[in-house]
Amino acid sequence: MSTGAGQVSAARFAAGQSVRVKDAKPERVARMHLRTPHYARGRIGRIVRALGTFPNPEDIAFNRPAEPRVLYHVLFDQPPVWGDGEAGDTLLIELFEHWLEEA
Amino acid sequence: MANQPPRAESLALLAKLEAALKRRGIVSDEEIELKRASADRANPMTGARMVARAWIDPEWRALLLRDGTAAAEAMGISMRGNPPLGVLEDTAGVHHLVVCTLCSCYPRAIIGYPPHWYKSAAYRSRAVREPRAVLAEFGTVLPAGMQVRVVDSTADFRWMVLPQRPAGTEGWTEDQLTALVTRDDMVGVTLPRVGRRESRAA
Repeated sequence: MSTGAGQVSAARFAAGQSVRVKDAKPERVARMHLRTPHYARGRIGRIVRALGTFPNPEDIAFNRPAEPRVLYHVLFDQPPVWGDGEAGDTLLIELFEHWLEEA
Repeated sequence: MANQPPRAESLALLAKLEAALKRRGIVSDEEIELKRASADRANPMTGARMVARAWIDPEWRALLLRDGTAAAEAMGISMRGNPPLGVLEDTAGVHHLVVCTLCSCYPRAIIGYPPHWYKSAAYRSRAVREPRAVLAEFGTVLPAGMQVRVVDSTADFRWMVLPQRPAGTEGWTEDQLTALVTRDDMVGVTLPRVGRRESRAA
């Protein structure tokens, strides 16, 4: 799998697909550099598009061999992610494929 | 802060680090010079020109939205060593606001170095949770019915906002339009407007 912006040939999820962010806390069992915000974990959103393929930041930050991972733009409704948002407002977050599951 | 001379011990530390990196072949003088030159060039005017051109030229706009990095390179900006640039298009129905809740990711090659508030815990936690309150504090009033889309810059891309062209700029030249667009407009905390005062200080 080659890496870089726009390299998405092996993308598992398609635009429009509903996905759930894994409600996991792997940082509690191993040292890693996470790019998945806590507030997004366990939340359901929809895939906007695959952005590219990049080395897994969880490993590369610790100079370990880093597998290429597909990165997506995922759109979430502001409420209920934050209770005090306004209906219709949204959050657009970059998330790696191994953090997503079908919902 | 920015105008104070660097401390002597900071310079000594930098010289030692540079020497160690060069000795190990990790970085060369040429690469350091290249990076220094691109850092010196990076300022909001670059992004402002990209926005102005997108308001005038539909083909350029399409390129900018499809591949921000390619668009920047086409304008003569070296994007070598920079993360890919993504451009978020404001429409009549959606306004984008960029934040990096995890650190301070920011499209430096295109709009220069981030203001201190962008890196503050207050902005990073509030922009994502109560974006409309944050916009109000910047004096930004969105038209009724416009949705806010907060873009959390969490990973490998860097994001800038392509705002809507403001009313009252019909027939303006690219230079006139470029002068209208501020750094804050491209982060999405403000909207370009004709006749407003100069952009806020950093």
